[in-house]
Amino acid sequence: MSKFGKKKKPMPAVNTASLPDIVFMLLFFFMVTTVMRETDLKIENPSLPNASEVKKLEHKSLVSTIYVGKAKEKKYGTGDKIQLNDKIATSKDIAAFIYNERSQRSEKEQPYMTTSIKADVSCSVGTISDIKLALRDVNALKISFSSRIPSGIKQ
Amino acid sequence: MARRETPEINAGSMADIAFLLLIFFLVTTTMDVDSGISKKLSEKPPKDYVPPVIKERNIFEVNINRNNELLVEGETMKIEELKDATLKFIDNGGGDGKIVDGVSTGKCDYCKGERSAASSDHPNKAIISVQSDRGTEYGMYIKVQNELLRAYTELRNRLALDTYNVSYDALEKEYKKDLKNEKLKEKVNYIKLRYPQIISDAEPTSAN
Repeated sequence: MSKFGKKKKPMPAVNTASLPDIVFMLLFFFMVTTVMRETDLKIENPSLPNASEVKKLEHKSLVSTIYVGKAKEKKYGTGDKIQLNDKIATSKDIAAFIYNERSQRSEKEQPYMTTSIKADVSCSVGTISDIKLALRDVNALKISFSSRIPSGIKQ
Repeated sequence: MARRETPEINAGSMADIAFLLLIFFLVTTTMDVDSGISKKLSEKPPKDYVPPVIKERNIFEVNINRNNELLVEGETMKIEELKDATLKFIDNGGGDGKIVDGVSTGKCDYCKGERSAASSDHPNKAIISVQSDRGTEYGMYIKVQNELLRAYTELRNRLALDTYNVSYDALEKEYKKDLKNEKLKEKVNYIKLRYPQIISDAEPTSAN
């Protein structure tokens, strides 16, 4: 009996060895899910123009993006190319592209849909104007010319 | 002799390291925000549409040719001077404003321009027309749009500072945070109405 009374063991520390595993699991989850679901660029990564009077596009789910620039592969030829989704397209395909984008959103959201044009600085205005006319035909009137805020200029 | 057990490696700080990484990824992956110059295209005009006649003095013509050179109101100009020239044109206030709902907006009492008879009547009548060539570089086109918008921003900021003692940028930011605030909405609309952005893009000219 005396054995029991004498030996007073200290409280065993809670084993926290599995905590890192849990946190790592979370870490991997976030690392995998937050990767931008950016479409495969068929054109060269456009160097966006600089502008200070920019507005942020708030509802990302309502933005459809059109890329304009030089094609990466030679088979498409030189000159400005338009990329919709994963394909190189022409301005004639824009109407179908917009209709497709619209069908994926509810009717309530449709008036707030914006088209973001990510074009390279060296593009010609003619191509942009073709896009604008095509968008006007399908009544997709809200557009945004994607540009960067130059560092050093405060908003 | 009792065998001594090897002490366990303390893994308590491992969690901290992992948390640090976790927070790093959480913060950095949400940084990419798409921003750009927003524009509203005009609706497609009906077939038999006759454009209204606008007085020459109310139109500010900006031409960009295929060599990315500027021609503003018939004179060549550098891009650095464009903002001030635009500002002067919008803020001229040489006559009566547009008639809204049968009521004339009258003279521009907040303009600080020269009130010359050769320039615009009123900010709500002043139209900026940008005509570019198909061969113009997109970068130049955006630069011009940016300069024009800068002129508007400057005027709006000035008016907001005079009337509400806060800049328009700050006002808009406040409103974005609190969209249900009717007072702020009224203030923002007040400024917007006084300096409406009227920039029209003419169809680009082509070489052939």
